[in-house]
Amino acid sequence: MDFPLKNQLFQKIEQHRRHQGKVQDTHITLAHGSGGKAMRDLISDVFVNSFDNPILSQLEDQATFNLISLLQHGDRLAFTTDSYVVDPLFFPGGDIGELAVYGTVNDLAVSGAKPLYLTCSVILEEGFAIETLRRVVTSMKAAAQKAGVQIVTGDTKVVHRGAADKLFINTAGIGVIPQGVSISAHNIQPGDAVIINGELGNHGTAILIARGELALETNIESDCQPLHSLVETILQVCPKVHAMRDATRGGLATVLNEFALSSNIGIRLDEQSIPVREEVKGVCEILGLDPLYLANEGKLVVVVGRENAKNVLSAMQSHPAGKDACIVGEVIPSPPGIVLLKTAFGAERIVDMLVGEQLPRIC
Amino acid sequence: MKYVDEFREPEKAEALRRQIAKLCQQLAKPIKIMEVCGGHTHSIFKYGIEEILPDNLELIHGPGCPVCVMPKGRLDDAIAISQNPNVILVTFGDTMRVPGSKTSLLQAKATGADIRMVYSPLDSLQIAKDNLNKEVVFFALGFETTAPSTAFTILQAAAEEIHNFSMFCNHVLVIPALQALLNNPDLQLDGFVGPGHVSMVIGTDPYQFISQQYHKPIVISGFEPLDILQSIWMLLQQLVEKRCEVENQYNRIVQKAGNTIALQAINKVFAVRDSFDWRGLGEIPYSGLKMNPEYAQFDAELKFTIPNIKVADHKACQCGEILKGVLKPWECKVFGTACTPETPIGSCMVSSEGACAAYYKYGRLSTIGKKTTTEKPKITQEPLPACGMSLD
Repeated sequence: MDFPLKNQLFQKIEQHRRHQGKVQDTHITLAHGSGGKAMRDLISDVFVNSFDNPILSQLEDQATFNLISLLQHGDRLAFTTDSYVVDPLFFPGGDIGELAVYGTVNDLAVSGAKPLYLTCSVILEEGFAIETLRRVVTSMKAAAQKAGVQIVTGDTKVVHRGAADKLFINTAGIGVIPQGVSISAHNIQPGDAVIINGELGNHGTAILIARGELALETNIESDCQPLHSLVETILQVCPKVHAMRDATRGGLATVLNEFALSSNIGIRLDEQSIPVREEVKGVCEILGLDPLYLANEGKLVVVVGRENAKNVLSAMQSHPAGKDACIVGEVIPSPPGIVLLKTAFGAERIVDMLVGEQLPRIC
Repeated sequence: MKYVDEFREPEKAEALRRQIAKLCQQLAKPIKIMEVCGGHTHSIFKYGIEEILPDNLELIHGPGCPVCVMPKGRLDDAIAISQNPNVILVTFGDTMRVPGSKTSLLQAKATGADIRMVYSPLDSLQIAKDNLNKEVVFFALGFETTAPSTAFTILQAAAEEIHNFSMFCNHVLVIPALQALLNNPDLQLDGFVGPGHVSMVIGTDPYQFISQQYHKPIVISGFEPLDILQSIWMLLQQLVEKRCEVENQYNRIVQKAGNTIALQAINKVFAVRDSFDWRGLGEIPYSGLKMNPEYAQFDAELKFTIPNIKVADHKACQCGEILKGVLKPWECKVFGTACTPETPIGSCMVSSEGACAAYYKYGRLSTIGKKTTTEKPKITQEPLPACGMSLD
């Protein structure tokens, strides 16, 4: 081959090598996790183009940030991670992508932090439809925009068919805590009020129904939502919030038991003040489940001094994510480490930690 | 769900509570009432019903939790079936955590057995149709409440000629268990709150022996808080008026003759065993169901080699005394120490419908220590005369 022809050929090859192509496959193959061109195309086409931010577009092994810009938001970092393995991937009111963004955003937000940056690592099962992955990633992008965060680095792994269930997502997140904000379960004191931002158990019930194993139909949607803005609203009227946590797996009961054990105080809930949708109550009745333990993905438990309770409650109710907020209980000095529930009949019973997961009863 | 809320109105509960207190004052001695069904126990604890009752009225939590009374040996048998690599074992959710002598179904699943949970036994037929190269075994248990649905599953399997399906039958019967309890001289009961779901199937007639032979009143009850309070009130009225009858508070669901279609299905598919071992209560004659020979092709006990080893209850376990009202759960030697919901030793701690697990889970702080048995009878060590029920 003469030199000019050879040169042309090299140019073509070089052009082709540099070209970041569109993924042509319809389903994930092991090649998409091999580290080669198929993987590069997948990352570029599906993730980088969608998440679209200058830090991710560098395509380095890490995301780098300017410390000065972080310091504008506060004086401490909050750092968290969570993995999302929900089945089904799409359910009424949300999908795994939204969950993966809002879950980590909320874990940051409940420390009072402003969530800023997220990672996105996916484990894909061989054979997973790329179109479905695109839907999930598009949903993550929209969720990140809504939550005001950027997805700045990530990882992609493909495992053999059967070694994972379709798609797992891990997100880690960094946020910055404003000066003067110190939220911890250890701050809780007798006399404090326990406030939640709305109905319990919608997410857990929506997932149960969406699995299609029950011959039940409802219009319940997951409460999947970011809580950072609601937290900001709360901190504006009460920077000295004692404790705050999002009530995800294990529900309100688990969060309050953790609070009671951490600060060695008791908590008394009032059954009649706890908002639960009629449909959720109905599903719980049929299956023998307790809404206090059902998962939520947009519910905030706030513990504040009694003197601040009214202000915090009004502030929460003025925010769309907290319009149904209500005071559901109070912190009491004893019995330490125990959560009590005052029933509608005026009796008291313990609300214990779950042993294992809630299992539907046989009759 | 207004239908539910109507049975939970605090004002109506308060009115019933006052009526109950009035009736209790008219009775000379403290009263002990057993709620037979685990579903009632669950409601009583969940809504704090016992706490609002007068001090001289004590509720004894009976043997009616189906997963609690499943003996360890039968669990071991189910796990042995699941170890067969060709088997998919299918069962109800709350059976998964019940401990056998070494492990539970949940643990067996984690170590590789193909064990699946369903909400209805009929779902196991679909699993069989989807896995024709596997043998699908339904681990059936429960009282007469669940027996009809498992019987219909067998009838459906026969109609559809599903050959890779069988059932490991562990259904138990409530009447022989009640008879065994009533035959025990230690039992200190003044009346029974009868099981609603079981009675929906068997009706109210089978309980006549309780009033006629043992002279105790029984009221068949629903599961909502007001149902239970009303049933207690009806029982107390019988005691005050010195009546002794079978009454039906749950008449919106329970018919006198029961559900004949369900009973026919049970009788068609199942036969009564000569004896069945109950966790916490021991052997009770004619208290369990097995497959009729006509449906032998669906009988897992014939299709598989089953160890069928009896495993005795732990010696420290005092479930028998708790079920008879001789001891309260917290008076048991191992309650809350060696025996907890995470590590249940006795039947009463196994599911949240068991008396010990309910005390452990829901507390009822004001009740503990207050409503304790005032006079402890000497515990009979001999086997029970009529049924041979062992106390250990």
